[in-house]
Amino acid sequence: MGRKLEKWVLLAVAAVLLLAGLFLTYKIYIAGQPLLALVCLAILGTAVYVYSAVRAYAFRYLFPGLLAAVVFVLFPLIYTFAIGFTNFSSKNLLTYERARQYFLDETYTVDGDRLAFTLHRDGNAFRIRLQDEKGGTFVTPALALKQAEPVSVDAHALAPSDPPLTEAVDLKTLIQNLKALKQVAVKLPNGAAASVEGLHEFAPVRPLYVAGAEGALVNQQDQSVIKPNFTTGFFESSTGEQIKPGFKVGIGWANFKHIFTERSFSEPFLRIFLWTIIFSGLTVVFTFGVGVVLAVLLNWEALRFRGFYRVMLFLPYAVPGFISILVFKGLFNENFGELNAMLNMLFGVRPAWFSDPLLAKVMLLIVNTWLGYPYMMVLCMGLIKAIPADLYEASAIAGAGPLTNFFRITLPLIARPIMPLLISSFAFNFNNFVLISLLTGGRPDFLDTKVPAGTTDLLVSYTYRIAFEDSGQNFGLAAAISTVIFVMVAILSLVNLRLTKVTQTETR
Amino acid sequence: MAVVLDKSHRWRVALAHLGVIAFIATVIFPFLLILSISLRPGNFASGDLIPSHISLEHWRLALGIAYQGPDGQLVEPQFNVLRWLWNSIKVAGMSAIIGLFLSTTCAYAFARMQFVFKKQLMSSLLLMQMFPSVLALVAIYAIFDQIGVYIPWLGIDTHGGLVLAYTGGIALHIWTIKGYFDTIPTEIEEAAKVDGATAFQAFRYVLLPMAVPILMVVFLLAFIQGIIEYPIASVLLHEKDNLTLAVGAKQFLYPQHYRWGDFAAAAILSGLPITAVFLLAQRWMISGLTSGGVKG
Repeated sequence: MGRKLEKWVLLAVAAVLLLAGLFLTYKIYIAGQPLLALVCLAILGTAVYVYSAVRAYAFRYLFPGLLAAVVFVLFPLIYTFAIGFTNFSSKNLLTYERARQYFLDETYTVDGDRLAFTLHRDGNAFRIRLQDEKGGTFVTPALALKQAEPVSVDAHALAPSDPPLTEAVDLKTLIQNLKALKQVAVKLPNGAAASVEGLHEFAPVRPLYVAGAEGALVNQQDQSVIKPNFTTGFFESSTGEQIKPGFKVGIGWANFKHIFTERSFSEPFLRIFLWTIIFSGLTVVFTFGVGVVLAVLLNWEALRFRGFYRVMLFLPYAVPGFISILVFKGLFNENFGELNAMLNMLFGVRPAWFSDPLLAKVMLLIVNTWLGYPYMMVLCMGLIKAIPADLYEASAIAGAGPLTNFFRITLPLIARPIMPLLISSFAFNFNNFVLISLLTGGRPDFLDTKVPAGTTDLLVSYTYRIAFEDSGQNFGLAAAISTVIFVMVAILSLVNLRLTKVTQTETR
Repeated sequence: MAVVLDKSHRWRVALAHLGVIAFIATVIFPFLLILSISLRPGNFASGDLIPSHISLEHWRLALGIAYQGPDGQLVEPQFNVLRWLWNSIKVAGMSAIIGLFLSTTCAYAFARMQFVFKKQLMSSLLLMQMFPSVLALVAIYAIFDQIGVYIPWLGIDTHGGLVLAYTGGIALHIWTIKGYFDTIPTEIEEAAKVDGATAFQAFRYVLLPMAVPILMVVFLLAFIQGIIEYPIASVLLHEKDNLTLAVGAKQFLYPQHYRWGDFAAAAILSGLPITAVFLLAQRWMISGLTSGGVKG
């Protein structure tokens, strides 16, 4: 009985999920994205097959997890490569179809009868009430008034059966919503369109552009013609003037050419690349250096309280990074920071940690060593424990001191197994976005570059700035740089894999 | 072990103690300082490590209670730290639960079943994980921008979207759980199957109860990952009330409104529980970090 019920419940849940999926696919298709809808349909089809066919039984367990990994890890990677070959940026944000529609929705005011208007609240949205000079009254459906692009809505003549409108909104609310209101073109029942003109009136409007031959658009005001240019991603007038907004187009290897050949891009790129290497290299050296010494000490049996020491030394790793990095940001502050207060008291100096490029780099290395040594310490402790004790006994008989032991026995013996882990650590710090972003934000900036770039920027944080902070929001260029970093990480991983395999076969 | 220890040995031990203690003192110093700063009045005051005048104003603000300033004005808390902490816990908890579900089922298939491309699937899952998500931020932003058009509660600036973005990173969890399943002998499940259990029942009622410890560990790891994740959250979340702690905390230290004391209190308040959970889970975390990529 219970099993039967369970089966029915499962079937019902599956049916609901399938219906929801189909509805979503339909919605995507209606929104004019047939390709995306097709992908959705393919996923749904695969799901139905996996959960109904006996042959695919194992994949019933794999499907959800693999789907999540593919959609949210693999697909973003591939999509990043693809964006790197486009001009996707804040100037070229829309697809060609949406950009074209944008122009077609644009209007201009023409002479004619004006309509008085009032704005009325309808829940969280608004309705517009229009009244012409002959006393005819029209209302629109509820509008959210949050959009930034032109929209067109149909108004109908106010009938007695309509629900009554609320009180007209006050001037303040009206002004707050004016920007969105300006994008609304109301179509009246007689076919004419009108847009807001001032605070009290709607004026008749006509579409600014009408579609012409071969995708061209004809400006109705001055009869000029603009044509889409699919290499630049803009509609262009006959004189070659680019008219915003542009649209997304593939531009081939142009972004990569920028990075490697154009001086204004390649120069900061090279400088940042160099610092990225130095930063990750020195971080690995320092964290490993501190970590291995502490590990040797903590493995020394003559030392008491080792358990307590271990916990205390591990603490920097346990505190969430975003908190400890911000703590250091405050402590290093040039004016109010505790560190400078102390240095001032002791030596009478106030180093400019955040405005001097060299000091900023030193600070980053200090903080990152502090953050990273516990991990190295724990790794080394494990490896040192595995070294046979008789080696040390033999060296003691030969009269060797601790330094000889360290450099002749410990270090050579852990060098091989720790190598892959050091490379992973290098790769991690190569992409240590959180540290840079929270501590310096890449600043102080270079003064002689066209694109904003910082002396402490790593390649990843530089990419982030190009994509999300720099006013240009050049997603395409950012994705291209990401692709370059991908290749570097892939090479590092390959080297790592090779080394791991070597050590594994040798220990066997 | 009867070893004759000479005098220099004792000296060396003492020296080592001294060195380690001095090092620990340097390392722990920032934490002590933060505690002291959180108890000092005002946001710019400097003073001794042990504050001469203890004020709880920063702690009140961190807990969301307004307080009477020295000039008689009521100071309202500017940032809702508890809200951010709750957001973090919510997002991390949800993504950990979903991630645990996805990785457990996957791990079961990888550990117990035979199917095509099994080996390739496992290693490519791991390979994917080698590329940090920071590199795909532009794509992730664009994807969730699109999703938001069709499903608003999974778009940009929603917690649903953030949870979804985190559920993809399950490869290491799959490996951890699979490793544990491999250590459990299959005979018990086979016995259950002989008694008429289906594969799913063998998984649900026999294997899962035996794997509870590793499931808890993976849950904790995934939870901590969700709490400390910064890049994706910083791109997807914008609204002040929506932020997670990792994204919100830096707002205390903008040069225009520098709130050092308030930050100190908030940092301790939110950092302490997370650190405690981390220390609890770190034993497995380290072993997962070191062996996860190597073992096969």
